[in-house]
This record gives sequence, C-alpha cells and structure tokens, in this order.
Amino acid sequence: MSSHHGKTMSWQVKDGVMELALHHAPLNEIGTAMLEELESFAQQLEGAQGKASALIIYSQLPKGFSAGADLRELYAGALLRTAVERVAGVRVFLERIHRVLNAIDASPLTTIAAVHGVTFGGGFELALACDLIVADKMARFCFPELRLGLIPGFGGIPRLKRDLGNGVVRDLLLTGRSINASKALACGLVSQVAGEGEALNVARSTAMQVIKFDRMASAAAKRFLKPMPREELRREIELFCELFMRPAVMEGLRRFVESTDAHPYLP
Amino acid sequence: MKTLEQTTEEILGLAAQHFKVPREQLAAGDDFYKTLKIDSLQALELLTRLENHFGVELPDFEVAGVTDFRTLAGRIQARL
Repeated sequence: MSSHHGKTMSWQVKDGVMELALHHAPLNEIGTAMLEELESFAQQLEGAQGKASALIIYSQLPKGFSAGADLRELYAGALLRTAVERVAGVRVFLERIHRVLNAIDASPLTTIAAVHGVTFGGGFELALACDLIVADKMARFCFPELRLGLIPGFGGIPRLKRDLGNGVVRDLLLTGRSINASKALACGLVSQVAGEGEALNVARSTAMQVIKFDRMASAAAKRFLKPMPREELRREIELFCELFMRPAVMEGLRRFVESTDAHPYLP
Repeated sequence: MKTLEQTTEEILGLAAQHFKVPREQLAAGDDFYKTLKIDSLQALELLTRLENHFGVELPDFEVAGVTDFRTLAGRIQARL
C-alpha cells in the first residue's frame, strides 16, 4: 500500500484501488494549493498502473464534493495585475488544470467520482473527467460561471457534450440552474444514485466489480468509448481567456467576493 | 392533489427535521433564512430535500428571492 497525506488532499492505494480524498476547507475550492497537489497526484496516477486498476475521487468535507475554482484567490490575484497580466496568469492556471484533468480523463484506470452535496463549477468538471459518477441523493450539480460573465474553464463543456450531448449542456450552462441527483441520473450524467452518506460505499463496491476485469481490455474499451475532445478543450481555454479580459468579469468576481452571504451560490 | 396548506405543512416538517429545530418554532409566513439562520448553501440543501420529497424539479431561479415557507410551497404546488 502506498499513501500520501497532503494539505488539501490525500491518496492511497489499497487492494487494487486508488482513492483520492479531497479535504480543503471550506469546500475544496480549486486554487493554487489544490492545483499543486493535484499535479503531484496526476504524476502518482501515471505510476499507479500495475498497483491499482480503479480510482475513486471523493470529498471528506460534509458540505459537498467541491464548490469549484477558488474565486476569492482568483480575484485577489487579479486585483494586483494589469488586464494583460491577469489573462496570462489565468491561462497558465487553465493549462495546468487541463493537464491534470486530461490525465485523469485518459487514465487507463477505471475512474469513479463519488459526489455529495455541492458539486459546482470546477468541482463538477473534476467529476466529469471520471468515467463514472456515483451521486449521493443530496448531491447538486451546477455550472454557475455565466453569473460571473464566464464559461466553465476546466474542460466541463467539451466533456459534458461528449458524454451527454449539446442539449443538456445548453440547459445547465445557459440557465445556470443546479440539478439534483435524480435529474442527473435521468439525463445520464450519473451512473448510480446512493442514499445519504453512501456514495463512497457504493463507489467502493463498484470499484471492486470493475477491478475484476482484464486491465488491457478495460483500458482499450475506455480509449474506444471516451475519446479526448482535445480541439474543443483548446478552444475552451481561448474563449475563457477572451471573456476573462472584460471588466464585467472583475465586477462579477468582486460582487461574489464581497457578498455578505457565507456562500453566495444562488443567483 | 395536495392543497397549498398541506404542502406548506409538509415543508415545515421537513425543514424542522433537516435543520433540527422544533416544528412549533416554524410558521408558514416565516423568513426561513432568518428563522432557521441558514445561508444560501443550506437553502440549496433544503431545496434538494424538498425536490426529493415531492418528486419535482424546482429550478433555483424560481426560488431566488423566495424567503418564506408559504411562497415556497406555492412554487412547489405549481409543479405537482
């Protein structure tokens, strides 16, 4: 068994299953700290072949899987920079997070996201990089980015479009509404809905099933079924950067950061 | 078909149970943000709980600005 316990996440390999536990309070906001550890994790994932056949990603925090990108860090960093520097900084961050999520997406391991509660924005995009999503019945999925004058930037649109088609993406993105686990199951976004507090157990039992299969056949099936939408992923970064240059985005971020509500997630 | 009063009563019961407050402390006209002392994230939990219970989809933009149980019941009633 190999393991790592970091500041924002921990991982271990045991009995052929790698588990990545996110624990960056308050809600696994993906900023520089999480990105750095995700990059280390992606390296470990490459080396995990032979030791593990499945990967489970889950959150140890009670409120949910992840609230997405760390908007407070993004805003604070952007305030100190010119518009050109801001976009350059965001582009570097996006390139790095895309490399991590692409590594998870294309991993020969069978990957399972076990989600509960808030699964928003970049957190939703992390789950979408996995092969299967097991959702607690209290899970909620949302792309709130248009509220900030942006689009999702961690590969969410190309991956959701690949997996479910354009109609579901348009509904989620253009309305900014959140959907529950039942709706997510009905539209094929999640593969199983678990009782409250049971998503990880269901994911573990699913992992025990998938590791029974021949690794080469499973990996070949995955490559065949899940082509990487590389061109669209590139275009997403470009579009995000174009939108990010606008003053309206800084204003949207300022409103979010200065909100007196503890979690200003509702529109 | 449930009446608005029945739906409101069920919502009050579910909210009391979810946030672990005595049912008698909640009234239909209460501002649930204030009475339950919840933020918008917890309001989202309540929304999910209600959707699961009533078997409806309630887009969050339809409940944005809704702060009292009775109006919330009306929104749900419209989708039953």
